[in-house]
Amino acid sequence: MALTGRQSLFAALTGSLVAGPALAIQPYNMPVGVTETSRTIYDLHMLVFWVCVVIGIGVFAVMFYSIWKHRKSRGHEAAKFHESTLVEFVWTVIPFAILIAIAVPATKAMIDIEDTADSDMTVKITAYQWKWHYDYLDDGVSFYSSLATPRDEIYNEAPKGEHYLLQVDNEVVLPVNKKVRFLLTANDVIHAWWIPDLAVKRDAIPGFVNEMWTRIEKPGVYRGQCAELCGRDHGFMPIVVRAVEQDEYDKWVAEKKGSVAGGASTTGNPEVTTTSGAVDDSGDTDDLAAEQDRNHDA
Amino acid sequence: MSAVTTHDDAHHEEHPSGIMRWITTTNHKDIGTLYLWFSFAMFFVGGTMALIIRTELFMPGLQVVDPQFFNSMTTLHGLIMVFGAVMPAAVGLANWMIPIMIGAPDMALPRMNNWSFWILPFAGFMLVVTLFLPGGAPAGGWTMYPPLTLQTGDAFPFLIFSVHLLGMSSIMGSINIIATILNLRAPGMTLMKMPLFVWTWLITAFLLVAVMPVLAGAVTMMLTDKYFGTAFFTAAGGGDPVMFQHIFWFFGHPEVYIIVLPAFGVLSQIVPVFARKPLFGYSSMVYATASIAFLSFIVWAHHMYTVGMPLAGQLYFMYATVLISVPTGVKVFNWTATMWRGSMTFETPMLFAIGSIVLFTLGGFTGLMLGVAPADFQYHDSYFVVAHFHYTLVTGAVIGIMGGVYLWLPKWTGRMYDEKLGKIHFWLTMIGFNLTFFPQHFLGLAGMPRRIPDYALQFTDWNMMSSVGSYIFGFAQLILVYVVIKCVRGEGEKATNEVWEGAEGLEWTLPSPPPYHSFTTPPEVK
Repeated sequence: MALTGRQSLFAALTGSLVAGPALAIQPYNMPVGVTETSRTIYDLHMLVFWVCVVIGIGVFAVMFYSIWKHRKSRGHEAAKFHESTLVEFVWTVIPFAILIAIAVPATKAMIDIEDTADSDMTVKITAYQWKWHYDYLDDGVSFYSSLATPRDEIYNEAPKGEHYLLQVDNEVVLPVNKKVRFLLTANDVIHAWWIPDLAVKRDAIPGFVNEMWTRIEKPGVYRGQCAELCGRDHGFMPIVVRAVEQDEYDKWVAEKKGSVAGGASTTGNPEVTTTSGAVDDSGDTDDLAAEQDRNHDA
Repeated sequence: MSAVTTHDDAHHEEHPSGIMRWITTTNHKDIGTLYLWFSFAMFFVGGTMALIIRTELFMPGLQVVDPQFFNSMTTLHGLIMVFGAVMPAAVGLANWMIPIMIGAPDMALPRMNNWSFWILPFAGFMLVVTLFLPGGAPAGGWTMYPPLTLQTGDAFPFLIFSVHLLGMSSIMGSINIIATILNLRAPGMTLMKMPLFVWTWLITAFLLVAVMPVLAGAVTMMLTDKYFGTAFFTAAGGGDPVMFQHIFWFFGHPEVYIIVLPAFGVLSQIVPVFARKPLFGYSSMVYATASIAFLSFIVWAHHMYTVGMPLAGQLYFMYATVLISVPTGVKVFNWTATMWRGSMTFETPMLFAIGSIVLFTLGGFTGLMLGVAPADFQYHDSYFVVAHFHYTLVTGAVIGIMGGVYLWLPKWTGRMYDEKLGKIHFWLTMIGFNLTFFPQHFLGLAGMPRRIPDYALQFTDWNMMSSVGSYIFGFAQLILVYVVIKCVRGEGEKATNEVWEGAEGLEWTLPSPPPYHSFTTPPEVK
């Protein structure tokens, strides 16, 4: 492991720091995403960003002009003024007006995001340390979904695959162009379900049922992760959504119903510790054997 | 202090020497020094933890630490930096500077002053010793959200009592500062003539007295949940895990201003000195500070947009939050206007002040972005947040405070610091800081969650850059240790009373270093 560690370190150093700039730049902005919500949020994000850029350029231009020109080494004499009611009034009112201009689209977006009415289907998401359980309330499909990246890759004993840490044993399959309502809860601690491309993020909280919705416009595979610190393997409970056309979705449902729902994870989290006894409270016990089979040795 | 005088107050000059001097001291300068050294030590403890975090994150895969230990590192790094490094540093500056800025002989409650400092090392010890307890150190994040934090092992009561002790220390320190400022000002030093550092600390002290008991209440409820069968935050017993978050952030949001306002005060002291021009908009600075403090109490839930609040709640917290950018903007505009048409020189304190103002403004911009609730659904709990709060707290508070240290070091020690080393320290800090934290904006926007020990491959490049930057930033701070020790040992040019050409105020009328007891007869302020 030490050897492979060093080799990959070397590869990383030479690959990313030297040859890196010649290659593609890794993602650095919010994805535009594949839902109306994600585009709205992206536009809002860029709007506020450009507002900040303009204000920043204005303020820093004045500051750096002053730093350049009004220095003692250039023989500049200090002025004596120390207040100006007009100037102070202006620079209090202008930001206020800008804020209102931002608040209007933000309020519209917020109202839309919170409107979970008229959904076409509902998926209940239950979070566990450290995996997800999905329950398709209308179609009667339910299963667990946990990390599918092999331990060897995590511990640098095997080369890392393309979707390292962002792959699961059972993907969430959803139809495109349908308003999908999610109900979120958790069984042990607080988790959060986040997929950047769909611009959905909501906490899954024990004792609460939270709601959110999405309408995916483009078939594809969308990946995300748990966003709320939930213990040792917080970084190892990814989410994968596969969006498909309606007929393909129907086929998938039929297939799922035919087989036994709730696949046990074969690979998974690096050494699960015994910090949580809460999993035992689960009503769905079909996966507990797999949970207990894991290495409990820290 | 060996000089024996025949003065009536001579007995005041007698104090134990050696270690007993520091343990029994009630002198504001000694206690200020203790606070500053303690904070400096904790800064390196917390910094080491940050470097462990960044080392693990240098590349994908688990290389250095176990994920549970990684979580302990992020948790302790946060707690130690907030409660052990930044807050004591600000209290240390307050102890040293407030009495000599307002012409007081000492703090109003000197014995409590001693007590409020000496609680701190024990609180810090209780926190750090959890690393060696069965079950490991707390790993639920510095925000200590239940139910996760209730899964902590034997470290749990240590965490709670450590937070209690740190809170008691802060409350005592704040009461002392309020009592000093309101009662011990020299004749003629009206409130609106006080240096801005004194003003920001007065307001900060009120914030502290108001919110530290709230935190103490929240963690006590968690303690009884764990050991005495209550269920305040346990859903299974009819409790509400989200209630903890509301209580915590009712403390936590004012807390970020507690951290940053004293540093704003320091910046407002530095800029006029080196621009050789009075502070622009003194009274609007005071009102802006007070507005920020007031608003800080009514915006807490913007830390929890994703918990599933009602629409009206989210809209309210969004509007209230973005409002804070108005008084904060006023401060930045005022500093800029203070520089405008000044006669500026760029010694190390001024460099740190400008660096602090520019980078804090960037943190303010991302704060505005985060405040917009719909967009926050994408930013929340991602590295974008990590970048944001380091841009506000490290540049606003830590770099601002370092500017204050350079400004006042000659006053404290009587020696000029090494200007060349100071400038090297500044530039390495700027390069290291930005290399560390600027790429984290990109990581967060691209979808990397915070508090994870390992990440997907598309986040590799920015993480590597960030880790390289963190080493530069971390090791550059050793220069400051060297600079300070040189001054303390009496090396370097002797400092004059004024120290700086543009310095104005009572503290600059005293010798450098000031006598052990200063202003035993109050000065007259015109």
